[in-house]
Amino acid sequence: MSRHHLDARRLLCPMPVIRTQDRIATLAVGDILEVHATDPGAINDIGAWCRINGHKVLQAQNDDGEILMILEVGQS
Amino acid sequence: MTTPRKALALISGGLDSLLAARVIQEQGIHVEGVNFFTGFCVEGHTHAIRKKDQAKPKRNNALWVAEQLGIKLHIVDIVEEYKDVVLNPTHGYGANLNPCLDCKIFMVHKAQEWIDKHGFDFIITGEVIGQRPMSQRKDTMPVVADQSGAGDRLLRPLCAQNLPQTMPEREGWVDRERLYGFSGRSRKPQMALAKQYGFEDYATPAGGCCFLTDENYSHKLGDLWQARGERRYELDDIMLLKVGRHLRPRPYFKMIISREEGEARFLEGYRKQFRHMRTVSHIGPMALIDASRFDQEDAQIAASLLARFSQGRDAPSVEVEYIDELGVAHGFTVPPMSPAQIPKEWYL
Ligand code: SF4
Repeated sequence: MSRHHLDARRLLCPMPVIRTQDRIATLAVGDILEVHATDPGAINDIGAWCRINGHKVLQAQNDDGEILMILEVGQS
Repeated sequence: MTTPRKALALISGGLDSLLAARVIQEQGIHVEGVNFFTGFCVEGHTHAIRKKDQAKPKRNNALWVAEQLGIKLHIVDIVEEYKDVVLNPTHGYGANLNPCLDCKIFMVHKAQEWIDKHGFDFIITGEVIGQRPMSQRKDTMPVVADQSGAGDRLLRPLCAQNLPQTMPEREGWVDRERLYGFSGRSRKPQMALAKQYGFEDYATPAGGCCFLTDENYSHKLGDLWQARGERRYELDDIMLLKVGRHLRPRPYFKMIISREEGEARFLEGYRKQFRHMRTVSHIGPMALIDASRFDQEDAQIAASLLARFSQGRDAPSVEVEYIDELGVAHGFTVPPMSPAQIPKEWYL
């Protein structure tokens, strides 16, 4: 299991989702991906994308516009 | 037991693609979705930018549809390749700068590439004959199938009974009798089918699935090309066309003026790429200046115009800070323009 970071700040949806999707495609099951974003839609969109594609959202927070999502790569 | 056949559904986020995918799922086919991001999609952006919209629940409709269907959704960034579709459509434009027929052909072509790569059997779309005047007509249906390269691997479950048999029907993977024969502009059959499946709260976009069908947006895009003397765009250009008021006081410069705080914050993100201005003495908007040249006199005009949209609009003068292309700040004290001094043609 390894930990990775993705900077999706300043990108508007669906770009943060696309970047997350493309990054996760290169990771192994159980890996952790920390996504930083600023589009408030990212929490919903990345969350929905994870649900339908079998990944886990471990943490999702919006700190005054700075969004952090911690994802665990699932079996997809 | 044989492995189920696999179909890739083009998911726009609207009702038709939702229904088309469900109709095929009901026949025991494994369905996954694909959604293409062109940069012009209506999804999200403006909502994400405008502060007043941030309180409303937002969702990406394509993701929502996939979740309703319980299918995987692959979102594909086609921004670069799509430029050629917008700039050089073989079949021309619709009422605005929407190249719908070329767009459909391109997307089905991309879907065909995807199914070849991933071992899927066929493609489905939510198209309905006669639903849209340019791209969904009986005579354009075979054009999309042929020119995309998908041929008879392209199935439109909602109107299949009005079209020649496709491969999935011929091979017995799907039962033609359990497909539909919708046609025309009426949405009633789709709404009835949605009800039957228990879908509620689906998106009903007016006009179309992208900004290119919007008259005002197309006008701004056309203006951009004219001002640059060439037809090209970058993703940032087309994003900025969705934000703020756009005014062109001179052929060689345009201002993008924020209408509220969320937009101002968004435009701030472009400070390094553009000349820009803010009112200093009064609360007011942020403006980016997109110019091929820009002198002191132009700056005066821009400052007065900006002042008009600030809280100092009725004051005798307003202080404005202008940052030039080298990042150097200049101060101006200007009288705000009155509405009568702003020619209508300046508004894009
Ligand atoms: S409305 Fe936009 S996305 Fe939809 S077919 Fe036309 S050009 Fe393509």
